[in-house]
Amino acid sequence: MPAPARSLAVSLEVNGEQVEMEVPARRLLVHFLRDDLGLTGTHVGCDTGNCGACTVHLDGRPVKSCMLLAVQADGRRITTVEGLAPDGELTPLQRAFNEHHALQCGYCTPGMLMSATALLERTPHPSEEDVRLALQGNICRCTGYVNIVEAVVAAGRGGGG
Amino acid sequence: MLLREVEYARPATVEEAISLLSTYDGARPLAGGQTLVNVMKARAAAPDVLVDLADLEELRTIGFSDGMLRIGAMVTYAQLVVSSEVEVARPILAEVAATIGDVQVRNRGTVGGNVCVSDPTNHLPPLLVALGATFTIRGPDGERTVAADEFFLGVYMTAVGEGELLTAVNVPPSNDAGDGFAGLTVGRHGTYVVSAAATVSAGEARVAIGCVAGAPVRATQMEERLHGSDFSEESVRTAAEGLGASLDPPSDVHGSADFRRHVAEVSAVRAVLQAASRRKS
Repeated sequence: MPAPARSLAVSLEVNGEQVEMEVPARRLLVHFLRDDLGLTGTHVGCDTGNCGACTVHLDGRPVKSCMLLAVQADGRRITTVEGLAPDGELTPLQRAFNEHHALQCGYCTPGMLMSATALLERTPHPSEEDVRLALQGNICRCTGYVNIVEAVVAAGRGGGG
Repeated sequence: MLLREVEYARPATVEEAISLLSTYDGARPLAGGQTLVNVMKARAAAPDVLVDLADLEELRTIGFSDGMLRIGAMVTYAQLVVSSEVEVARPILAEVAATIGDVQVRNRGTVGGNVCVSDPTNHLPPLLVALGATFTIRGPDGERTVAADEFFLGVYMTAVGEGELLTAVNVPPSNDAGDGFAGLTVGRHGTYVVSAAATVSAGEARVAIGCVAGAPVRATQMEERLHGSDFSEESVRTAAEGLGASLDPPSDVHGSADFRRHVAEVSAVRAVLQAASRRKS
């Protein structure tokens, strides 16, 4: 039987690279990513699980990294916004965000990109309704969502334009 | 946000999990964490030891056992939504699960977590009461099964005791019954202000109301009046009369007690009519 501990060694894959580190049990995944690994693209918005700015992929599925302990990600695969375009070449979705002006302050954008990327993997040509449902867990306080939804639909149609 | 210091263990078997839960004071099971991690941030809960159930594969499956649909306690809402077993046996579970939280929450949140939190605004408690579900609880002294009417004891309280673990929720297949769910939410797919679940089979109905008390409330008088009913809109409305007045719901920022009484009656009618319209004749 594993003995409970306040600090544990974790081994996980982050953006394709294996990470091994000792982390306190109380550390949230979002702080592990930002403070321990320096991956500050993942944002802390509300810290209450509502806003979705901290969305990352856990084994390919979008989850809110403020509602997960880092130790829960042990043995799993994490992708953050930095992992979407590792070679610096933007994905079609990221280009569509640029071309449709799908952001204003940009704070929610990493989470929006992670949720929309997961949608496009399962539903390559989403309707506006599909996009709105998929982005229900991501709050934007600037745009009114119109351009964000347009950008995701456009990315599904195979182009930024 | 910095959480209070906590210890963590991830057992490999249900027996290990139960042993950890019964050995350590202040130990609590950690399922999907979509409620527990948040209440730990708010210091509304302060467990000393988290027993992570993530590796307990037998809690992650959906199947059939003794004629019942057996849903492991660690099955996520996302799993319910796409399960072919659920689709065949009790599709209302997938329909309701698809409206819980958002995509990210549905990927992590679990059936066991939803019912063990026993938050009065949660979706599954009234639904499982209406469906006549049973709950399998394992502890150091073995396994027991509890009926839905005895499982939900109050706000944040269930029949799962110290050192015990909910392992599965068992739902009877619908056979010729139809199921319905209705209510009022704060925004689309938001928190329920009042919810009502119903199941209708040959001349019988079970109706449970959520958000009006610490645990789901069976609308027993309405059920009795619906005995042998034709389930026409008029007869269902008549059967629901007085339901609101029989309840003692809370008042809060989302609605007064009187408003909840009214919405409870309307929601019960809608849930029963939806259930009746879905009956296989």
